[in-house]
Amino acid sequence: MSDAASSPPHALSLRIAHLYPDVMNIYGDRGNAIALQYRCEARGIAVEVVDIRLGDPFDPAAFDIVIIGGGQDREQRRIAEDLQSRAEALRAAATDGMPMLAVCGGFQLFGRRYVDQDGGTIPGISIFDMETRHPGAAVQRCIGDIVLTTPLGEVAGFENHGGRTYLADTQAPFGRVVRGYGNNAEDGGEGARTNNVIGTYLHGSLLPKNPAIADELILAALRRRCGEAVTLTPIDDAAEQAAHTSAVTAARRSPAIKKDP
Amino acid sequence: MVARLAGQLGGGCVLVTGTNGKTTTSRVLASILREARQPLLHNREGSNLMRGIASALLSAAGPSGRIAGSERMLGLFETDEATLPAAARTLAPRAIAFTNLFRDQLDRYGEVDSVFEFWRRALAGTPASATLVLNADDPSVAELAEGWSGPVEWFGLDAPEFATTSGGAFDARWCRECGGTFEYDLRYFAHVGYWRCPGCGRARVERPAVVARQITLSVESSMFVVDGLGAVTMPLTGLYNVSNALAAIAMARVLGIEDGPIVRGLAGVEAAFGRQETVVVEGRKLRLMLVKNPAGANQVLQLLGALARSADSKPLHVAVLLNDRFADGQDVSWTWDVDFEPLAQSLGRVWVGGTRAPDMALRLKYAHWPAAAAVEESPATLLDAILRDTSAGDDVFVVPTYTALLDFRGELARRGAVGEFWVHE
Ligand SMILES: [Zn+2]
Repeated sequence: MSDAASSPPHALSLRIAHLYPDVMNIYGDRGNAIALQYRCEARGIAVEVVDIRLGDPFDPAAFDIVIIGGGQDREQRRIAEDLQSRAEALRAAATDGMPMLAVCGGFQLFGRRYVDQDGGTIPGISIFDMETRHPGAAVQRCIGDIVLTTPLGEVAGFENHGGRTYLADTQAPFGRVVRGYGNNAEDGGEGARTNNVIGTYLHGSLLPKNPAIADELILAALRRRCGEAVTLTPIDDAAEQAAHTSAVTAARRSPAIKKDP
Repeated sequence: MVARLAGQLGGGCVLVTGTNGKTTTSRVLASILREARQPLLHNREGSNLMRGIASALLSAAGPSGRIAGSERMLGLFETDEATLPAAARTLAPRAIAFTNLFRDQLDRYGEVDSVFEFWRRALAGTPASATLVLNADDPSVAELAEGWSGPVEWFGLDAPEFATTSGGAFDARWCRECGGTFEYDLRYFAHVGYWRCPGCGRARVERPAVVARQITLSVESSMFVVDGLGAVTMPLTGLYNVSNALAAIAMARVLGIEDGPIVRGLAGVEAAFGRQETVVVEGRKLRLMLVKNPAGANQVLQLLGALARSADSKPLHVAVLLNDRFADGQDVSWTWDVDFEPLAQSLGRVWVGGTRAPDMALRLKYAHWPAAAAVEESPATLLDAILRDTSAGDDVFVVPTYTALLDFRGELARRGAVGEFWVHE
């Protein structure tokens, strides 16, 4: 494959929709937007990150990548209704292969529903066939460093969630837990993946120190635009790999797979 | 027992709490009270849980159980946010100062909302004769005045020249009363500034009793004008420390302290452990600036930006040290909420240290900082690199998390640059 055939056209520009960045950003999830932007620009691909706030007009077809982070419970309830109004468009984009990243609270809302500790239900947008239940304040939150094996390689980050997420039998997880709790502190699964949509509990931020995931999202976006022949130029990842190793080392200091008693 | 001992204090008790600045505020207040010759009993810096307060009272009382000279003595207790309900119930304070409410070490405390609930619960158990000393600029703190029937002493900054537009670490976005989204005429850092709620019409009080204006920051001190006091100088710098000073001034006024001791107390305050403490090593001035959370880090970066913009500034030499032990917060995600980007153009040498040095180095790479001259987990190697890359007379701003500060200071002590500090917890 020649360079001319494999590199994205020079004038190309990717548009990233960052959903509710002001509301859903409790654990530094804006680092994911920063990483996508950095890794595109390092390859000469122009990027525009557009913040989509509550009530803003939003047409997924005008974007190449969609990302959403996590929030406090109070904040999550605030955006749930607004997100619901965009559910159909987002589901269609997901089916069409649009890359998306949903972290923590955003991941939960990409499922069918979230049942809070009082039994109240917040409907999700059903991109993933799963539901999340909060086991109540008496049950410990899942907090700690976490390492996964995934088809994209070893993934490291930090999880901090009260809700337990249960995937339908036919729903693929994003990875398997090597260290940490994962979706529900029971079955060893973590996150969910459907087409190019990745859902996960991992903060860190996730993408800076797991550049393979960032590049997977960027490559999927470029291929939707320019065809399957596109490849990504390698860039210097020494700092990224060092941070990855540092996060894995931190996780290995704690017991292996953590489960609810 | 603690309540009985505290009851001996004829001057009563005052508490200082808040996410950031409680140590510095307590220190400034203690300096003022010493100038006013007010006999004082206080807990050791940072020993701000119930057992730290209890041990201060117990050791003052000795085996007799009587605190000597307690008739005029005042108890000044720096109080952890989550400890406030117990402290308020036990100590029946005359006044409580609240500095601010930011996200802090989330894997330890839960969420900002739960800290606010701790405070509400504390106030429910506080005598209504107590005065609340409240930061008018922080809407989360200001909200404590809602439903409080006792007196309130407000303090606030009037510093439009320090307004920011950067978006990191916004820790209160909505009004708890009505759910409205706060709007700002100007914002200093995080959610702190001239706020108002378009929903219920609540807003920053227009004229706090204690206001700082015409603020000038230099590397080692700040100068500002306070109504009634005139121009004051304090050997601590940064807008956040001016705000801490206002909390102390407001509390001093509640306690009936006169202007003279307030001005002298501000001028005579010494930096607390690692909070703008200057350590000279081989002629380099290492300026230790502890950060504990995104808002605190943004406050320090705002200060560095202000220093970089000042007339005679040189490129800044900065070392950032990130640890992930329990007291630092094990989750290092918060570094992505810190606005490192605006400082990228003002830097000279950069070094990165701490147990999670590689994570920090990556954060700074993505903020377009100059490549670090060293990324070293070992404090000794890091210090060697700093000395190698600088000359006598250089300023180096060292920005560590809590246990990274202890590690780095330990290395400074091994080299005889500082005395050993008593380190608690
Ligand atoms: Zn309101």
